[in-house]
Amino acid sequence: MKKSLAIAKVVILEMYRRKDFYVLLALTVLITGLMGSVTFFDDPKIGRYLKEICLGLIWISALFIAIATMARQLPAERESRTIFPLMAKPVSRGQVLFGKFLGCWFASCAGLLLFYVFFAFVAASREHQLPVGNYLQAWSLHCMMLAVVIALTLLGSLLLSSVAANATMTVIITVGILLVGRHLHKVGLRAGEISGTLLTGIYYLLPHLELFDVRDLIIHNWPPIAWHIWGIAVLYAMVYAALLLFASWLVFRKKAF
Amino acid sequence: MKSTRAGLLLLTLLLITCAGTAARVDRWFMCWPGNRAKSFNPLGVFIGEGQKMFATHFYRKADVYLHRGGYPTIFDNTEPYKTSHVAEDAGATDHEHKGDEHGFLSEPLDIIDRFNRNFFPSKHTELGEDFPGAPAANPDGKDGNGEMREILPWLRAAAALDPEVPETYTVTAYWLRRKMGKVKEAELFLREGLRNVPGNPTILFELGRIHFENHKDPTRARNLWRQGVAEWQRQEAAKPEPDRFIFAQLHANLAKLEEQEGNLAEAIAHWEQIESASPASASIQAKIAELRKKQAPVPPPK
Repeated sequence: MKKSLAIAKVVILEMYRRKDFYVLLALTVLITGLMGSVTFFDDPKIGRYLKEICLGLIWISALFIAIATMARQLPAERESRTIFPLMAKPVSRGQVLFGKFLGCWFASCAGLLLFYVFFAFVAASREHQLPVGNYLQAWSLHCMMLAVVIALTLLGSLLLSSVAANATMTVIITVGILLVGRHLHKVGLRAGEISGTLLTGIYYLLPHLELFDVRDLIIHNWPPIAWHIWGIAVLYAMVYAALLLFASWLVFRKKAF
Repeated sequence: MKSTRAGLLLLTLLLITCAGTAARVDRWFMCWPGNRAKSFNPLGVFIGEGQKMFATHFYRKADVYLHRGGYPTIFDNTEPYKTSHVAEDAGATDHEHKGDEHGFLSEPLDIIDRFNRNFFPSKHTELGEDFPGAPAANPDGKDGNGEMREILPWLRAAAALDPEVPETYTVTAYWLRRKMGKVKEAELFLREGLRNVPGNPTILFELGRIHFENHKDPTRARNLWRQGVAEWQRQEAAKPEPDRFIFAQLHANLAKLEEQEGNLAEAIAHWEQIESASPASASIQAKIAELRKKQAPVPPPK
């Protein structure tokens, strides 16, 4: 674990030096600020539209940061040939993979926390309330979703030849699940026998990332989710991330560079 | 040296040809009716008619906000949501939704579906209704906790993107006036609508209501509603399927106004107009009979 944490620390430092996060945060602040400056019918308290815009930007930024950072990790090591001295050290391939995953995940979660602090500030400035429990749930569920996405990207970086192909595939899969993942079974029931069975099979197999998207609950000030439900969702994400990491390790342990 | 000179000459010739062609095409482009560059609206320049699509989306979004995000997707039962509830509550449409709006998600299909419903608004509720964590609405129907205001940005955006839809103005004005008490803003927005859709009977009707109900100015209200009837005759009467709903609304409100002012003959005339335009209604006939009874001179005491 110590070795994996040391590798994770290097990944975090690398991300800290990169400009992606700062640019995305600045853009989110700028666009939200700009949209917040608009007044509708002389009512300065209207806030839900702003929350929706801000959360939308946060989701796009978080996905971009997580996927772009993870997709670059192994190919960059391979291109700069630093993978060889890394492998020569007394660390196993599994520890390298886990370290890379942890680094990207910690860094994404830390970045996400800043985004959510900004969001909480924006929401509180309009609505004069700070539902900490709701925001904590939203942030933690978002982090858990990123864990699955990062593990998926890691697997993709071992299976696909280029960073662009991997990033594109991961974005398509993630956005696809977020948009229609919840409805696949319904569509499957209406479709023909073969395609219906196929869709239902995919529905049960794919990681339901849409579970972690609680934006609508936050925007419309719904009460927080029951904590035991939250716990099951967190466990669900952990299992999927672990499965994807295990698959990555199976590919990586035999991979020749 | 020779090749350099030839190259320069060729370049000059190309530049002159380009400038000449551009000047010619520019003249034509400026006169072309499809030229979007004439518009000062940057969105219009970029997406053109696509604005209307976004306007419809934003109008629907206001309805989503009215339901606190609990709204069916295209994969769910959309039957009870065919008509926008924002418009329905505002009385801007005579359609009524069918089906059970509470059951828009139907029964969960599987364990994942059941579990999933904890993570998005899966129950039917509307702004102003009792809701955990939100103060209740005032008994007079006005927005007690100020939540109704949240639908306004989407209605404003819809009007900005497609300014020629009168329903957007009347619905927005209803929510501003009736639920938020913002009479001045409602009137200004309706006047903006009247500038974009001149002489629209629906907007004139709503404007008349403001003068009648809020400003207590029956004279102006009467003028606006009469203007609305005249515009309806001009714009709608000749159509194969005219909008009879707004025609009836205009006459019904004029009838009420005349009755209140003591002009019973006028009031009867308006009710008769409604009766002639719509299928025979017992309530209208009863109303006319009641007014005729009132109109009849009281016999002197013996």
